[in-house]
Amino acid sequence: MERFSEMSAIMRKELKSYFNSPIAYIVITIFLVFTGFFFFKDFFYFSQAEMRNLFQLMPLMLCFVIPAVTMRLFSEERQSGSFEILMTLPVTSRNIALGKFFAGTIFSAVMVSPTLIYLVTVVLLGTPDFGPVIGGYTGVIFLSAAYTSIGLLASSFTRNQVISFISAWAACFSLWLIDKAVIFLPSKLGFISYFGTDYHFQNIAKGLIDSRDVVYFISICVLSLMFTIKVIEERR
Amino acid sequence: MISVNGLTRSYGNFKAVDDISFTVRDGEITGLLGPNGAGKTTTLRMLSCYLNADKGSVIVDGINAADDPLRIKQMIGYLPESAPLYGDMLVFDYLMYIAEVRGIPGVQRVGEVAETCRIKEVMHKNINELSKGYRQRVGLAHAMIHDPQILILDEPTSGLDPIEIVEIRNLIKELGKKKTVILSTHILPEVEATCDRVIIINKGRIVADDRTELLQSAAGLNKKIIIRVSGADFGTVKSAMTGISGVRSVEPADDPELTAAVISVSGNAEVRPEIFRIIASNNWMMYEMKQDQVSLENIFRELTVGGANGTVQ
Repeated sequence: MERFSEMSAIMRKELKSYFNSPIAYIVITIFLVFTGFFFFKDFFYFSQAEMRNLFQLMPLMLCFVIPAVTMRLFSEERQSGSFEILMTLPVTSRNIALGKFFAGTIFSAVMVSPTLIYLVTVVLLGTPDFGPVIGGYTGVIFLSAAYTSIGLLASSFTRNQVISFISAWAACFSLWLIDKAVIFLPSKLGFISYFGTDYHFQNIAKGLIDSRDVVYFISICVLSLMFTIKVIEERR
Repeated sequence: MISVNGLTRSYGNFKAVDDISFTVRDGEITGLLGPNGAGKTTTLRMLSCYLNADKGSVIVDGINAADDPLRIKQMIGYLPESAPLYGDMLVFDYLMYIAEVRGIPGVQRVGEVAETCRIKEVMHKNINELSKGYRQRVGLAHAMIHDPQILILDEPTSGLDPIEIVEIRNLIKELGKKKTVILSTHILPEVEATCDRVIIINKGRIVADDRTELLQSAAGLNKKIIIRVSGADFGTVKSAMTGISGVRSVEPADDPELTAAVISVSGNAEVRPEIFRIIASNNWMMYEMKQDQVSLENIFRELTVGGANGTVQ
């Protein structure tokens, strides 16, 4: 119980600093402008009132946006020296990593939440199938969590936020790319597509919440968080 | 009580701290003194469990820091060099956050430390907007919020203006009445002004460790008197001065026109009247006679600049 309160204190502090800094609002705005453009393009050009295209695009969008959200989590602390303060508080590295991870994930969820307005327009003008919509949003949460954990790991390595952003982006983008690259490989290597984030996300977004896909995302989170804890314990 | 045994830490090939051992008794203000890069910060970082030691141990009240770092972190209040606090937070929010993480009921305690550290008037300001002095005091408040028995302060007065320095020193002295304080500095007068005890570090090793007044009088035991006269060559002056009881040696000093000599005196003997009498009776002209400033500065310079490894007893 005690441990949970330490973690939640760190999480709330991180959330507060997100919303106190302009970067948060810039990232949210960019995200909404792009998703809004792609959503309403289909909406008006093709008179399609549906969310599917939005979710098709989401994994790629989040590749760019989430590293921008997570890049400061550890890098900024290393740069300013407050990392030393953080590490000399009586808190385990695990609680520090988890606090920051949940803060990043919640922030990403908040960032995506305005797209629910698109859903309202779709409901008003069409007859959406709610299965894929619920699946889509569940998938977005899982995907955000996975990308956040990767971003957190990238951020724990360096004091430079630009390096943190680029390496997180490269890792997330590669994971998105994997199942698309499979067509160039012999069919024996087809299993590689299981490593791709998009493959699992599209499964969930169909409205099928399969344990295999959920396990995939959770494994990414657990692995990245474990490495993050290792890194902050070793690299001081 | 804090006991440090054979603490060693390297960065790559560079040995920042090399086999340091000392103990700090409760209720003492201990100053860690040394030139920049001597290993003070590294030592304090190991004491505060930020860095792990390569070798050696830190034991606080019977608890080994390597076994239970969380427990040690609860017992210690640590202010890193130049107070790297979260700049984007309000002072009040920041202290509340630290209290919360440490599991202390916040509001009342924050009020108390704000009172002690005299930061009441900046509670609603952004930490980034504070002057260095206030920032340092907020850092002190941060270190004291859980009322620790041990305070570790890394260069608490560096970069402050003279008035702020005096204020921080007084605050530390006040705190030192109730708590064990370990601070580091490269400024000598600071140690003389605030510390009960001084540990001098150079190149990662301890070169002196004693109570401040004992070190000062140890320095006093080796007085040097410099004289500049005309009317006699060095040999004559030397043979005249060597006769005075208490004089250990007479060495020539550099001077283009006059005859200059450095007379080393052992013990507390006062030889200046005798020197004057000899000069006067020989009808030499005296241009200058001065006693070298007796202070820690001499010890410090001897121990650190010369790279000596001996220990002052």
